[in-house]
Amino acid sequence: MSAQTLYDKLWNSHVVRQDADGTALIYIDRQLVHEVTSPQAFEGLRLAKRRPWRIASMLAVPDHNVPTTNRAAGISDPISRIQVETLDANCAEFGITEFKMGDIRQGVVHVMGPEQGATLPGMTVVCGDSHTSTHGAFAALAHGIGTSEVEHVMATQCLVAKKSKAMEVRVEGVLGRGVTAKDIALAVIGEIGTAGGTGFAIEFTGSTVQALSMEGRMTLCNMAIEAGARAGMIAADDTTFEYLKGRPFAPKGEQWDQAVAGWRDLHSDAGAVFDATLLLDAAQIKPQVTWGTSPEMVVSVDGCVPDPATMSLDKREGAERALVYMGLKANTPITGIAIDKVFIGSCTNGRIEDMRAAAAVAKGKKVAASVMLALVVPGSGLVKAQAEQEGLDKIFIEAGFEWRDPGCSMCLAMNDDKLAAGERCASTSNRNFEGRQGQGGRTHLVSPQMAAAAAIAGHFVDVSKL
Amino acid sequence: MNKFTRLNGLVAPLDRANVDTDAIIPKQFLKSIKRSGFGPNAFDEWRYLDHGEPGMDNSKRLINKDFVLNQPRYQGAQILLARENFGCGSSREHAPWALEDYGFRVIIAPSFADIFFNNCFKNGLLPIRLEAAQVDELFKAEADNAAYKLAVDLEAQTITAPDGTVYPFEVDAFRKHCLLNGLDDIGLTLQHMDEIAAFEVKHRAAQPWL
Ligand code: SF4
Repeated sequence: MSAQTLYDKLWNSHVVRQDADGTALIYIDRQLVHEVTSPQAFEGLRLAKRRPWRIASMLAVPDHNVPTTNRAAGISDPISRIQVETLDANCAEFGITEFKMGDIRQGVVHVMGPEQGATLPGMTVVCGDSHTSTHGAFAALAHGIGTSEVEHVMATQCLVAKKSKAMEVRVEGVLGRGVTAKDIALAVIGEIGTAGGTGFAIEFTGSTVQALSMEGRMTLCNMAIEAGARAGMIAADDTTFEYLKGRPFAPKGEQWDQAVAGWRDLHSDAGAVFDATLLLDAAQIKPQVTWGTSPEMVVSVDGCVPDPATMSLDKREGAERALVYMGLKANTPITGIAIDKVFIGSCTNGRIEDMRAAAAVAKGKKVAASVMLALVVPGSGLVKAQAEQEGLDKIFIEAGFEWRDPGCSMCLAMNDDKLAAGERCASTSNRNFEGRQGQGGRTHLVSPQMAAAAAIAGHFVDVSKL
Repeated sequence: MNKFTRLNGLVAPLDRANVDTDAIIPKQFLKSIKRSGFGPNAFDEWRYLDHGEPGMDNSKRLINKDFVLNQPRYQGAQILLARENFGCGSSREHAPWALEDYGFRVIIAPSFADIFFNNCFKNGLLPIRLEAAQVDELFKAEADNAAYKLAVDLEAQTITAPDGTVYPFEVDAFRKHCLLNGLDDIGLTLQHMDEIAAFEVKHRAAQPWL
């Protein structure tokens, strides 16, 4: 058999049937469910009098609408509350395992799944959420789907799909001081653009990627969707197995050994051919900061806000509009941009390693007086508990950060955590679209280290020089 | 799902790239547990000057007269002319629900984000990719002609302009079939129930931990 890419292997092992034109039925091993994109799917099942095909393949959690303070009081916004209650009711009706708001295992769906070992190498994983690409870090084929497809997977355990093209993003070398997986992700998007990965499944390879922890790998795959690729993935290796061993949903005993033996094949074979390849030198990547309203509008922290006049015609108008929205002038040094709020969290950077990295920068310092709010929102209850055990909460609180309960929070501002119009935020989330963190709010995407450093200084600073 | 066969519809232009699904339907409206009623809040932040929340009476809100879809000439538009990477960002199917509920049946752009593109077909919306130069041509023709309409024929896979120019387009055969007949995907898939069950037995025998 000819050399296969990791994507080929994952795809081939899940094809139930395939038509001559390439339309295939793909078997789905795991479906993760949250409150925003599932109610209409459950309703559809009920209307058609259908039952979920394999209930044990589903795992549910509320995350987008949950408050990050005073949980005991419940959800004050009645519409948010109904949505969470609807999820609870649907899971109870169909017998689906759900980690409810009061459960320590509750958290952002893409933090919770891997943490539970519910995402395993070789799996197909879907969720009605674009950042499902995160789970590809475990050598799984994972991508976001729409609500109709959520219903389809519930009812049939399959997805109708066509194979994408495969892209290799190879990063080689050693990352500089203060440079993280988030910076790699932003640098890749800056390079290929937000549509550069459209139609592709991206595999991240190379020595830099292999050296990343699982947390870092998840950050990288999480952002694949921001490059337009539905799926991002990374080969399985000892780092993957060590992370998974002993997690609640991971195989145990003899099955564990059998599983690992099979998982060792989950990498692209030598000589496998990709449809496109991008090569990056890790040493050249500096801490990144977005300046506009699309993740591709990004520069290194030692750079300046670009001048639209120097851009090609097709980019100019969008850049001009972005600068107006962001309230920025061309050629302003990035380190000269003052911020009003800070958000550390989300499925991109809400894991324990992110908490540690931000705390290391904040330790013994104080949030600048000019910063109105600096939020730290752990990705899950378990991340929160771990951080508290390590004393990270105290570091944050002493420095003037707020230490909150887990959820999506200000990543998309569906709960009370949001920016007011005109407010500028250093955020570890993944989207800087207009209004994403609150109507009129201005988002700059950065790594946790960069966000913490900006909170302390009141403006962006180059963490590689700290 | 609504069938789509052919349409001779008024065209509205949305001349910006990377229109994301947050812009198409802002997050506060995602709290609904229904599939319908999103039309009045499509492009909410661009369309109105005040901040929208679910449950508001939209007829009493401040209209942004500068937003293209609010211009009198585009009322009743069924075809949206857009730029590259339309529908990027969040996977929310609320975006096609909102566009469809607003009255659109066809979106023409040089490129679409994958998940959004998929979601359209599930909701009786036809996304059509044309060459960037062709899309440019249509933007110009629309600007020069009031009440500019295009005739879209899914069976023939063509768009015909008022001056007789025909733009052929590609569409996946399976999706075309479903859209033409208004078919429910789930029903179609369940015709292969036995194959799925057989696959599942084999798959789980090899990996019992799944
Ligand atoms: S943290 Fe943000 S990107 Fe991640 S699932 Fe929640 S809302 Fe989506």
